[in-house]
Amino acid sequence: MLKDITLGQYFPGDTVVHRLDARTKLLLVIVYIVALFNSEGWMSYALVIAVTALSMAIAKIKPKSALKGLKPLVIIIILTAVLNIFYTGGTPIIEGWIITWEGIERAVMMSLRIILLIVGTFMLTYTTSPIALTDGLEIMLNPLKKIKVPVHEMSMMMSMALRFIPTLIEETDKIMSAQKARGADFDSGNIFQRAKALLPILVPLFVSAFRRADELAIAMESRCYHGGDGRTRMKQLKMQKIDAFALILGALFLAAVFVMKKFGL
Amino acid sequence: MENIISIKNVHYTYPGDEIESLCGVSLDIKKGSFVTVLGHNGSGKSTLAKHLNAILLPTEGEVLVNGISTADEDRLLEIRSTVGMVFQNPDNQIVANVVEDDVAFAPENLGVAPEEIRRRVDNALRQVDMYEFKMHAPHLLSGGQKQRVAIAGVIAMEPEVIVLDEPTAMLDPKGRREVIDTVTKLCREKGITVVLITHHMSECVDADRVIVMSNGSVIADDTPEKVFSQVELMHREGLTVPATTQIMYELNGHGWHLPLEALGIDECAKQIAKELK
Repeated sequence: MLKDITLGQYFPGDTVVHRLDARTKLLLVIVYIVALFNSEGWMSYALVIAVTALSMAIAKIKPKSALKGLKPLVIIIILTAVLNIFYTGGTPIIEGWIITWEGIERAVMMSLRIILLIVGTFMLTYTTSPIALTDGLEIMLNPLKKIKVPVHEMSMMMSMALRFIPTLIEETDKIMSAQKARGADFDSGNIFQRAKALLPILVPLFVSAFRRADELAIAMESRCYHGGDGRTRMKQLKMQKIDAFALILGALFLAAVFVMKKFGL
Repeated sequence: MENIISIKNVHYTYPGDEIESLCGVSLDIKKGSFVTVLGHNGSGKSTLAKHLNAILLPTEGEVLVNGISTADEDRLLEIRSTVGMVFQNPDNQIVANVVEDDVAFAPENLGVAPEEIRRRVDNALRQVDMYEFKMHAPHLLSGGQKQRVAIAGVIAMEPEVIVLDEPTAMLDPKGRREVIDTVTKLCREKGITVVLITHHMSECVDADRVIVMSNGSVIADDTPEKVFSQVELMHREGLTVPATTQIMYELNGHGWHLPLEALGIDECAKQIAKELK
């Protein structure tokens, strides 16, 4: 059950998208999000959807795995849609009803926006190894070091968190089985009873996470980790022609969305 | 041969503890040797291991690595890159999502140039026979494979000594064999000094030297043949001896006169055959 989570996972591959520099991809995702939130008409939505579909095709991501990533967020999407249907004023579909045509349009747009947002960022983690991603982030945030932001520490914490996701999921499964074997019941009762039933999973999970953290710290120290000073990297990030090309395309895309916004498309 | 590590009368008490975990341990470890440390849980063997690369500093006495005291903070990196450490749980010492990135971690910390890191990583992975797995995700490997990746991560520092703190405790027999074979090969072929902490007697048989610890002191320190022939001492410490020694010891109890030093299976069989003639 827990193993189905595909969000934030990296799948090694050898497409153009995989080969792009992590920094380029980070910038493109930012461009994508800005474009998405500035799309107001159906024309601009169509453009964003086309760009998403095209990038997915180039990165050879199967729509199925992208949809799988959406699974945990279905509730949020439904909630957004429902709220928008009921709370948007305008012409009712049937005289006297609270549901309006505008409401339905808005609901569809908002849900689409969330779905596209997730799929877009999913593409980033899908095609970029966590190390490249955190390295890229660290280099991009480097100027913040001047105002004493612990950039290296933050990116190291992020890559550790990503590294331990599968380990902790495996552990959670193990603890759940152990508690089930002793008669714990996770699947019945109301929401409060179920939440309470999770406690015997969370306590051992946290205890073991702390123990792991302690051991990991000693192991890292043994391997001469002493913070970000004087660290080198085996895989140097390198901007290539293809990165420049991708960034120009990204800029054009953003410009197109802004032009459409101006004309209300 | 010169000594690579000298432990001089080391005492250690964990903060908040009243009992000393190490009470006056003195040892010299020769360059290129294969040393195993045996002992019960709580005998101080892991505490001793953590002194070898300055994770713990002695409360009294000193530890010298290549003549440098581990208390010398300015040369900490030099000490830690000379003495590499492998721990019990492979999951808790692998830091990256891809095998080769993990192996690169230590040289990256040491500020080695990128091309040189690449060379060291490939080399280290070949030495532990994990080269074809270099792009794999560590959590999908078996225990023995993970532990070999951890060893590669240490070799990439190009250390002179590798200390392994019960590296096989969480592994199945196959994984255990893989790890011990790898470590033995590194010692015999590459001349890396190995300090193996364990409670599996079978892993000590091929060592140059066996050190037995109890309650924070060294109680036996000799070749495996000499140490294991002290069967009563081992039993008193709650340790077993290899099956061959046990057989000969019991036969001797029935009036035989077998030399307990015959540790290998062939050798043991030969001695018994000789006695039967």
